[in-house]
Amino acid sequence: MKRSQQALEAAARGRSLWADARRRLFANRAAMTALIVLVLMSVLVLFGPLFSPWAFDYVDFDGDWRAPPQLEGQHYFGTDQIGRDLFVRTLVGGQISLMVGVVATLVSLLIGVSYGAIAGYFGGRIDAFMMRAVDILYAMPFMFLVILLMVVFGRHLILIFVAIGAINWLDMARIVRGQTLALRNREFITAARAAGVTDGRIIRRHIVPNLLGVVAVYVTLTIPQVILVESFLSFLGLGVQEPATSWGALVNDGARDMEAAPWTLAFPAGFLALTLFCFNFLGDGLRDALDPKDR
Amino acid sequence: MLRLAFLRLLAAVPTLLLLVALAFFMMRAAPGGPFDSERVLPPEVTAQLEAAYHLDEPLWQQFARYLGGLARGDLGPSFQYAEFSVNELIAQGLPVSLRIGLGAMVLAIVLGCGAGILAALRQNRFTDHAVMTLAMTGMSIPVFVVAPLMILLFAVTLGWLPAGGWDGGWRSMVLPVLALALPQVAIMARLMRGSMIEVLTSNYIRTARAKGLRGWQVVLGHALRPALMPVLSYLGPATAGIITGSVVIEQIFGVPGIGRYFVQGALNRDYTLVMGVVVFYGVLIIAFNFLVDLLYGVLDPRVRQS
Repeated sequence: MKRSQQALEAAARGRSLWADARRRLFANRAAMTALIVLVLMSVLVLFGPLFSPWAFDYVDFDGDWRAPPQLEGQHYFGTDQIGRDLFVRTLVGGQISLMVGVVATLVSLLIGVSYGAIAGYFGGRIDAFMMRAVDILYAMPFMFLVILLMVVFGRHLILIFVAIGAINWLDMARIVRGQTLALRNREFITAARAAGVTDGRIIRRHIVPNLLGVVAVYVTLTIPQVILVESFLSFLGLGVQEPATSWGALVNDGARDMEAAPWTLAFPAGFLALTLFCFNFLGDGLRDALDPKDR
Repeated sequence: MLRLAFLRLLAAVPTLLLLVALAFFMMRAAPGGPFDSERVLPPEVTAQLEAAYHLDEPLWQQFARYLGGLARGDLGPSFQYAEFSVNELIAQGLPVSLRIGLGAMVLAIVLGCGAGILAALRQNRFTDHAVMTLAMTGMSIPVFVVAPLMILLFAVTLGWLPAGGWDGGWRSMVLPVLALALPQVAIMARLMRGSMIEVLTSNYIRTARAKGLRGWQVVLGHALRPALMPVLSYLGPATAGIITGSVVIEQIFGVPGIGRYFVQGALNRDYTLVMGVVVFYGVLIIAFNFLVDLLYGVLDPRVRQS
């Protein structure tokens, strides 16, 4: 008797959502490769600059301009138009790009999940009103407003986080709201309510944890979008300010100089594209692993 | 159907008002005025200038004036190009931007849907994986990276096409249109593949096959229309994407469209011009979304009833 119960428990444990998803994700070779590349990329971007003798804003006045990639001068990626080391600049720019990607996504995550969960949980008129507001915002050409914002208020890193985060929470709110609507009539929510748990606590303890799968997928797909928006702004000269840099700003510099010094375009563009590629692949893999449609 | 159209139109009004208000007050909150310069102007001149542009009125009155102008289709004078109004500047750039934008849109739909259908019909085989990897690559490489690479390849190395500039001919259109369309092609291909695969598993497709229709007849005659719906609903975001992308593309290729005015206006702090472009493109995107919503109702009877 006891034994069969144990077996049952084991079987139940074996088929838990997360274990299932993890198994499926690990079996997805493309997604795993993407994950490994992303981890390596983060490590490289964070610690790589320590292994170069150059500072990211050191201008070489002796005229080592547009030096091609080389080992002896320790300019592994060459130098840019005014002799700054491109290896260090690419990695430091990567720090900014990745940081913007992660922080702005967290901003949108925070707004989107709270908004969507509240709308979905309370339903009825509150939901209708809140989602109508989302519809209205949804039709706005936000990219242009962000550009206007950067033009008018100057180029602040924090402004970039907030502006990009403020665009991206809309999708998140819609997805979370849909999932919450499906969850709120389930027995465990009714049980919690019957036991006298407050609404805020139900949302935090019972609704949000059940949204994690969808949210994880969406976060992975939002990060590359955000990085793309930031690099777009930087490319227009509206992003981070010199001498700080990001991949978009480096691509902008490189594109202007690509005939004389193709490496100034190739390295930042390659890093940017590879990172976006990996995030997209990982997001797809996560979706396949977690998508409720397939179960 | 008419009711649906009316409701959608009603929903577009607050969006539009919000957009104009945001753009207007953001611009006015900007530090410095449009007539700040190195040279200190005599106060009378400044006062006259401000009176001429109605900058001496209270803010809400200026806003009302702007809204009134907008209702008549007047976007006001440009600060930078004193001899032109914003309307004239936009009208100058519009034909060029329109040609590139429409070209990119048509290319994106045709290529994207074609590739998506091809991948769906070869699901999980080599063609499918190849198309989807390409699409993922297209999504991951930003337009402003693709564009310089294309210039390097087709203009500098091969010399087939001009590297930039605009003579109105097709040769100067090819690269901008291609660069603008690529990310949208990739996204549409992924959408099309997904929806086509889903439609192809439904029962009425099995019926169509069972009654002996050929493969392409089933796909084109039965599966295509419902499978197009997700692509159709993506047309709104796609328009926004193409318009946004055109800002960068026009700058890279030196195309004299609206997008280039926008960047120049932004860099020169020509607030009325920047704002005019934002409002103009905003209205365009909202109007297009409205059209797509209506089209959705035409193609899918279920939407009409709900």
